[in-house]
Amino acid sequence: MSKLTELEIGAHAIIKDINADDELKHRLLSMGIQKNVEIEVKGYSLGKKVFKIDANHTALAIRKEEADKIEVDRR
Amino acid sequence: MKKMTIALVGQPNVGKSMLINAISDAKLKVGNFSGVTVEKKEVMFDFKDYHIKIVDLPGIYSLKEYTIEEKVTKRFLLEEEYDLIINVVDSTALEKNFLLTSELMELEKKMIVALNMMDEAHKEGIIIDNDLLSELFNVPCLKITAAKKRGLGKLLNKAIEIAKKPFCKPKLIFSDTLEEEIENISNFLKEKGYKSSLSHREFAVKLLEEDKTFYNMIRTEPIWIELLPIIREALKHLYIHYETKNIEEIFAQERAAFVKGVITETVTYQKSLRENLTDKIDSILIHPIFGIPIFLLFMWGLFQATFEFGNYPMDLIDQFFSSVIDHTKEILGNGFLGSVVADGAIAGVGAVVMFLPNIIILFLGIALLETTGYMARVAFLLDGFFHKFGLHGKSFIPLVTGFGCSVPAYMAARTLKNEKDRLITLFIIGFMSCGARLPIYVLFTGAFFSEEVAANALFVIYITGAVFGLVAAKVLKIFVFKGKDEPFVMEMPKYRMPSFKLIWHTVSTQALMYLKKAGTFILAASVLVWIASNFPKNPELETEYAKKMEKVQNDDKKTEIENELQAKLLEESYLGKIGKATEPFFSPLGFDWKLSVALEAGLAAKEVVVSTLGVLYSLGESDETSQGLKEQIKKNIPLPAAISFIVFVMLYLPCFAASAVFAKEAGGVKYLVYLFVMTTASAWMMSFFAYNLANMLI
Repeated sequence: MSKLTELEIGAHAIIKDINADDELKHRLLSMGIQKNVEIEVKGYSLGKKVFKIDANHTALAIRKEEADKIEVDRR
Repeated sequence: MKKMTIALVGQPNVGKSMLINAISDAKLKVGNFSGVTVEKKEVMFDFKDYHIKIVDLPGIYSLKEYTIEEKVTKRFLLEEEYDLIINVVDSTALEKNFLLTSELMELEKKMIVALNMMDEAHKEGIIIDNDLLSELFNVPCLKITAAKKRGLGKLLNKAIEIAKKPFCKPKLIFSDTLEEEIENISNFLKEKGYKSSLSHREFAVKLLEEDKTFYNMIRTEPIWIELLPIIREALKHLYIHYETKNIEEIFAQERAAFVKGVITETVTYQKSLRENLTDKIDSILIHPIFGIPIFLLFMWGLFQATFEFGNYPMDLIDQFFSSVIDHTKEILGNGFLGSVVADGAIAGVGAVVMFLPNIIILFLGIALLETTGYMARVAFLLDGFFHKFGLHGKSFIPLVTGFGCSVPAYMAARTLKNEKDRLITLFIIGFMSCGARLPIYVLFTGAFFSEEVAANALFVIYITGAVFGLVAAKVLKIFVFKGKDEPFVMEMPKYRMPSFKLIWHTVSTQALMYLKKAGTFILAASVLVWIASNFPKNPELETEYAKKMEKVQNDDKKTEIENELQAKLLEESYLGKIGKATEPFFSPLGFDWKLSVALEAGLAAKEVVVSTLGVLYSLGESDETSQGLKEQIKKNIPLPAAISFIVFVMLYLPCFAASAVFAKEAGGVKYLVYLFVMTTASAWMMSFFAYNLANMLI
């Protein structure tokens, strides 16, 4: 397992765990980010501050601090 | 004619507004939901023998009651009267959209799913068997493309058909584990004969989902005491089975599994017919290095356009009002009536209307930013930078809206869930110079700089205001609003060509609002300023000068004396007295009493600054033809004072209307007092600094 933020651009991975509080979890869940969902890292902003990921045919922007809480398995 | 009400529900960026706009001849009514400042859009139109009303509910990702939009939508769906729901979904992202659909299916209301953006889905190689989908959901699913007005007739026909037919329960099936627990509870409810708006099964689901609304319904019933252990037992089983105590996560997994199952059966993803255009554009626009410079270039272009294109119609409008003023004076004479109408009302309103072209271009820019999907990219690019200043990437949206008008900007800050993030954003929105301040800048930069330099000066003014806002945010974050940051998770919608109709609607509404303000509020304020500057009458002074006049023969000398008289009269007027009284406060900044009064009048509305200056300087001139206000400014105000004035305008309290909204959004009048102190102090200090610096350099 590794953190989402450790993936390079173009990497595919499966979400294994989300170590977030209820509020952040709700945010992620309502946008379809949950266990066993496949994601792809599409890019990041200057200094890897914000990540752009694709999940369920949707592009999401997620800050490094939040992305750090998502654990993934590389594919 | 029969009546029918349709509730339009969907996630953000699925094209709901587009759908409403695509229904031609529909009358759009924009208001607020009662008690909250969430926008409520309604359209009314006739179709066949029905009078149809569509209520566009705010875009939401789920029906949990986390955000104000979710609360508003849920309350509407549960409590209001309507005939059916149309759930609009983005066909290119069904997995995410159907999560909300599955929640709506539990409400036990008549419903249609509108599979929108079929054209895009087709291009991406997504094929949907909507007949099978309808069968699996037991909810009619129709393909539409709102942007191209395809499938809308069919959708409305279906709506009428469904409204006539009795309710038909959607099929939403969970895993065996969960279904078993649902059955236990619903059987008990059935045995006890419990009645509610929902069926026993759906009520059981709501209880397991820990839905507060439904807990409140049943909590006071005698049945509650027996029901409680059953629910507790059920939850315990679920916790063990799913290895989590987060019930939302459990249901999210269940819904995702259900949706995935349905999609596997009904949707085929072929190899995309074209390369993903959004990814291609994004590889440039959100490039880690080039992204921000490109964004700054866009903004610079917007301000260039605001100035360059705005100038031509502006001159025409200025000339038009000048000639109207002259003609009015010809007709009404130079007496009281002529002066109040020409120098008061028309000069004041004209000074404001003159800037309509600039306002239109600015709002057009903001509307384009929003509808193309670029706004989300900017939030992405700037979050890292903003975060350093204690702001949130999403703060960008209210802040940019603030360049248009602070009122919607304060409301837009609601997208920030964290109280402290929101307050910081609210406090600095005023530093983003709103459209109403633009006339002042255009007037002053136009007066002192050549055309090419003026646009750049304007850009510098806006950037300076914004940078000051960022610094203020940091200070607030360190000293006042300490605490946890709000998470940044945001959808990045696909790039879309903006719909002309939608843009036209937004821009024309703003333009009309601006004109309406000019015709009512500004008109009244101008007349008031005129009266305050003409009264009390001063007959002694007038006779004294009349005597002086008689003594001289030279025409030049006469004009000089007349000018002196007008200036003296103005100083002795109510307005003059107010200005004089507050002059000591403003004199270290280089302002005379006229500028002081204009600033004070600007507390009512920023446009009034320009109209006040218009009235004050047109009264001061004694020749018959009105010179342009620009010339007057250049002639009467030294450059350092002008720079100091711009800085003050840039930073001081927003208008009355915006202040009222601010107090409401921030949660109390005390915050408005803080804002007043903060903005006035910053404005004064920065102006003082700017004035002295300019004096040293020039």
